[in-house]
Amino acid sequence: MELPLLHLALVGTPNSGKTSLFNALTGSRQKVANYPGVTVERKEGFFVTPQGRQVSVVDLPGTYSLRGRSPDEEITRDFVLGKASGETLPDLVLCVADSTNLRLTIRLLLELKRTGRPMILVLNMFDIASRRGISVDVERLAKELGVPVVTSIAVRKGGTADLLALTDEISAKLAAEPAENSWRALSVAELRATQREADRIISDCVSLPASPDTWTARIDAIVLHPVGGLIVLALILFVMFQAVFAWAQPLMELLQSGFDALGDIVHATLPEGLVQSFLQNGVISGVGSVIVFLPQIIIIFLFILLLEDFGYMARAAFLMDRIMGGAGLHGRAFIPLLSSFACAIPGIMATRVIDNKRDRLTTILIAPLMTCSARIPVYTLIISAFIPAKDVWGFINLQGLVMFGLYTAGIASALIVSFVIKFFMLRDYAPAPFMLELPDYKMPRLKSIAIGIFTRAKMFLQRAGTTIFSMMVLIWFLASFPQPPAGATEPAIDFSLAAIIGKALAPLLAPVGFNWQIAVALIPGMAAREVAVAALGTVYAIEGGKEAAEQIGQVLATKWSLATALSMLAWYIFAPQCASTLAVIRRETGSWGWMAATFAYMLVLAYAASLLTYNVAVALGAG
Amino acid sequence: MTDTHDTRREMPLGLAKRGYTGVIQHLSAKDAGSALSDIELESRLIELGFVEGARVEVLHEGLVGRDPIAVRVDNITIAVRRREAMAIIVA
Repeated sequence: MELPLLHLALVGTPNSGKTSLFNALTGSRQKVANYPGVTVERKEGFFVTPQGRQVSVVDLPGTYSLRGRSPDEEITRDFVLGKASGETLPDLVLCVADSTNLRLTIRLLLELKRTGRPMILVLNMFDIASRRGISVDVERLAKELGVPVVTSIAVRKGGTADLLALTDEISAKLAAEPAENSWRALSVAELRATQREADRIISDCVSLPASPDTWTARIDAIVLHPVGGLIVLALILFVMFQAVFAWAQPLMELLQSGFDALGDIVHATLPEGLVQSFLQNGVISGVGSVIVFLPQIIIIFLFILLLEDFGYMARAAFLMDRIMGGAGLHGRAFIPLLSSFACAIPGIMATRVIDNKRDRLTTILIAPLMTCSARIPVYTLIISAFIPAKDVWGFINLQGLVMFGLYTAGIASALIVSFVIKFFMLRDYAPAPFMLELPDYKMPRLKSIAIGIFTRAKMFLQRAGTTIFSMMVLIWFLASFPQPPAGATEPAIDFSLAAIIGKALAPLLAPVGFNWQIAVALIPGMAAREVAVAALGTVYAIEGGKEAAEQIGQVLATKWSLATALSMLAWYIFAPQCASTLAVIRRETGSWGWMAATFAYMLVLAYAASLLTYNVAVALGAG
Repeated sequence: MTDTHDTRREMPLGLAKRGYTGVIQHLSAKDAGSALSDIELESRLIELGFVEGARVEVLHEGLVGRDPIAVRVDNITIAVRRREAMAIIVA
């Protein structure tokens, strides 16, 4: 007889290594979605125990208690109590602890015990604890806690064998009788008593060495130095953006020539006509021009995931807290804002770590000003077409420098907007507390990073395959129909719907130096920013033929003035963000009004910035 | 280091300089002027390990107004603003 699926839930404090344990157990068999009604990420994975039991495991958001003071923590509480809608009450809860830091987890476990769920305490990162001279009397700990305890090293192959064996053993014995749930929110006195109890158990079962982790202390001496720390942070960000521009280049060229070759094959094998034009100009050059940016997106996520795994992100929040506080932002906003460099959507979703509503709203409103990876294609295209690739001061690439400047402009405007919001709208603002654990540094785990990058790359490619693809088909259609009358001498596109729409909008955009081709490209850019590049590619390809499709950058260099190019860059610093970001803002703020406000303020800023840039550039002779 | 504690005066951790070491005597959320309610602030401090008897050391401080501070609480490090640290009475 097949046993029913066993439901496990991972619970633990932040930084307990829950996610690396989750990755170790499930590998790439993961499903990432949202909990119904909230935008808290729900990560479920699957594996089979040594005895052949099918297991589903859910990685719950990290929490210090079951009080549930943020949407994240509420999910963890409701899930464990079986109150989460549409979720199964877990058969077994794995309480995950960082073995080097048991205090907070043991207290959480004592609270969890009251829910009556069968539980295992997993002493994760046990190797690090042993190396540091921490020894744990596992048997005694299990006896004192009344919960089975197992050690694990999530990052080592076979490091979870004991846990798997224990899971089998316990799941075979799981009683059918309903467990008693006596949990209720703890009062301050109970909380204190629980912590005392936890400390007593720890002092009985764990012997701690006198000295803390020396490596963390040594690194922090530099990284958290009031001045040195900020210099290190600036250096990290600078290297990150140089890398995005310089390291990705060879791979991008490789991808580009691949798509060019593919386009040539299509061109050579298919007869002249609509099908050939659709495949070559619509599909291959359109979607290809977006996929080319995969290497850059991988690099930016590589940096973000590495810094997160290393334990640096919390330090960055510490360094930036007061500096951002001057602009009315909370230190915790740094992490969501940094994630927004990859994409505003996960960034906006990450704002849920901010528990003060106003801080959270301000962060959501400015997150789209952070230069997301979808803007990279637009920036790269224009920079490589108009900015010479020479070195300044002997070692800094000028193109990389301009890129850095664009990022800086985004950050600066975000800080200004936040300041304005604080000053005019949220005046009775009381600063929310900043309390954050600074975890010990850990070597980033290759496997975790690889899984993280893989998931993001897959999301990007799926977008390229769906949203971007359908937009490209639409653009191609608009740019190709109606067909020119027989004997027409002008390029075919001049007769198309795209030209009609573009020319209708052109007068509005003329003051900022945009021609009708740009007007056409801006509309689908609303669906996804990077489509603007693809749309320009398609429009100019249909207008100019095959050569244009291959070298869109060179075409732009001949068709646009430098002033127009700079104006376009300025536009994209603020460009009203893609439709999916707007949808996330609407969902996270629960208000159409805030969504409309975000759209409107960004549109106004984009227009104003372009207007200024264009006119200054023209006045300086770049028109 | 330890034997001097009885002679030391009680003070809020929020006023401690970098390098200060001491032991938590009690929590006094009403003295902090935090945006949080007293009960909420006290609960959160306890959840992060700020309980009576815990050894604390101020490891680092920020650039602007020497704020926030990174505090070693027994064997973990917590970043907290001075405003909230005013609730932690040490000696």
